[in-house]
Amino acid sequence: MQRLSEIAPLLYRALLETTLMVSVSIFFAVLVGLPLGILLYVTANPLLFRIKPLNQVLGAITNVIRSFPFIILIVAIMPVATWLTNSSHGPVFASVALSIAAIPLFARLAETSFNGVSKGVIEASIAGGASLPLIITDVLIPEARRGLTQGITLTIISIIAFSATAGVVGGGGIGDLAIRYGYYRYDTVTMVATVVVLIIIVQLVQLIGDFLTRRQEGN
Amino acid sequence: MAIVLEDVSKTYEVNGRKVEALKKLSLSISDGEIFGIIGFSGAGKSTLLRLINLLEHPSSGRVSVNGTELNSLSGQDLRNKRQKIGMIFQQFNLIESKTVYQNIEFVLKASKYDKKKVKGRIEELLALVGLSDKADSYPGNLSGGQKQRVGIARALANHPEVLLCDEATSALDPDTTKTILKLLKRINKELGITIVLITHEMEVIKEIADRVGVMTAGEIVESDDVYSIFSHPKHAVTKGFVQDIYDFIIPAHIEINERSEVITIKFLNENAEANYVNQLYRHFDCDISILNGRIEYIHDMPLGFLMLHVKGDIEEITRLKIFIDESNGIERAEIHAETV
Repeated sequence: MQRLSEIAPLLYRALLETTLMVSVSIFFAVLVGLPLGILLYVTANPLLFRIKPLNQVLGAITNVIRSFPFIILIVAIMPVATWLTNSSHGPVFASVALSIAAIPLFARLAETSFNGVSKGVIEASIAGGASLPLIITDVLIPEARRGLTQGITLTIISIIAFSATAGVVGGGGIGDLAIRYGYYRYDTVTMVATVVVLIIIVQLVQLIGDFLTRRQEGN
Repeated sequence: MAIVLEDVSKTYEVNGRKVEALKKLSLSISDGEIFGIIGFSGAGKSTLLRLINLLEHPSSGRVSVNGTELNSLSGQDLRNKRQKIGMIFQQFNLIESKTVYQNIEFVLKASKYDKKKVKGRIEELLALVGLSDKADSYPGNLSGGQKQRVGIARALANHPEVLLCDEATSALDPDTTKTILKLLKRINKELGITIVLITHEMEVIKEIADRVGVMTAGEIVESDDVYSIFSHPKHAVTKGFVQDIYDFIIPAHIEINERSEVITIKFLNENAEANYVNQLYRHFDCDISILNGRIEYIHDMPLGFLMLHVKGDIEEITRLKIFIDESNGIERAEIHAETV
């Protein structure tokens, strides 16, 4: 018990770092990933705006980034991250790599939810004389809302998992705490405590995500 | 002419093999008529319908709607033209995440309809299709018939000249089908909108179409007014489609030979009600008994059938046949008789 109260400040700090990293990364993942997902979908769809070469190039870039083991991605983009954040360590610095990993992940998840939108509804919209931007904002995104919500949930959980590795650049966070204390120092209490906190966070994110998804199903 | 297709063809490439969905097909549809296209699935009727609003581009040939050649349109011009060509679908294709009101609002947004008039227009459309109380419902809470009514309201929103119906009643039960067809007929009459519909059900054609084209393997093999198609089908596929009304069952105990024949008389138009049978009894020395009969009404015009069992001398039976063949308005029907 005494040990727990000792690590409480550490855990609290780590929790803030994780929250910061996840918030920044999911923001950019959606900001860049959603348009990328739309572009991937639209350029593949013969009814909308099929440009096969563009689709293949975008698809290839997406796959290449997703192929990188996260720790190698962090190291590989260090110069870019330094230039962007004007620092060489810390949670904000780590968020650059996390965002870059999360963008293609969310883009693919978004593309998958767009693929789930009924072709007939798209066809009906085109037959109604709607323009591509109107179809995207008024049909594609609303119709894919459930899938997109699930995609954001899944991406957040993946970012939490990735963020454990952020420790190598001093990103901190709960996963990093678990590795440093639990793995390198054989501090079982801290390790168990951090893992429990991680489990609770992931469960919470999933619960909230499921709740939001279900609420959209309601209508 | 509202719609003219000239030598249109459509070829797809499937796994390196060429598939001809439409083969050099020409078709003209007049202003204000209801034109039905019937065919089995894979006949190419869905492709044909989609040429009329350029959801499919023809491989060759020309498509024009109310004097505008569609092939030459693209971008905003094509979108403007599409707003004047309404379309409804078998699966309704409503935006599930939007209310009935918002579904119609969407196409008005597409046409940049005067914002002040949008609400009034939507209310007018909902009243037309009888759904004024469902404006705030989501499609998920509507029945199939109601969904199709929303589809119709949406298709009519921008005052179209033409309405395309893609198997619009195939997912509906028979009663709902009837009410939707009635609504389409009313729209055709009251708003003067040309309707093109594709279906695989002859009932739909009989109920609503003025003219019909029979499609098979990418071609229209026969095209005529609906009554003529029913009364005088020529192509084998057409005969297949109207077969129902030509199917009669010959009771098993009837013996057929030179002196005992089954003759089915077809009564056309107003003659269906004329009293030819009386004359047969009076003028021929045969035993005539009635085996079966029915009258179909197609656009309120009767098409009647009477199946007779005629017994007598060969000469007398021959004379009777000649009498039928020479009389106006009746003829001997080619019957796909089955025995039980």
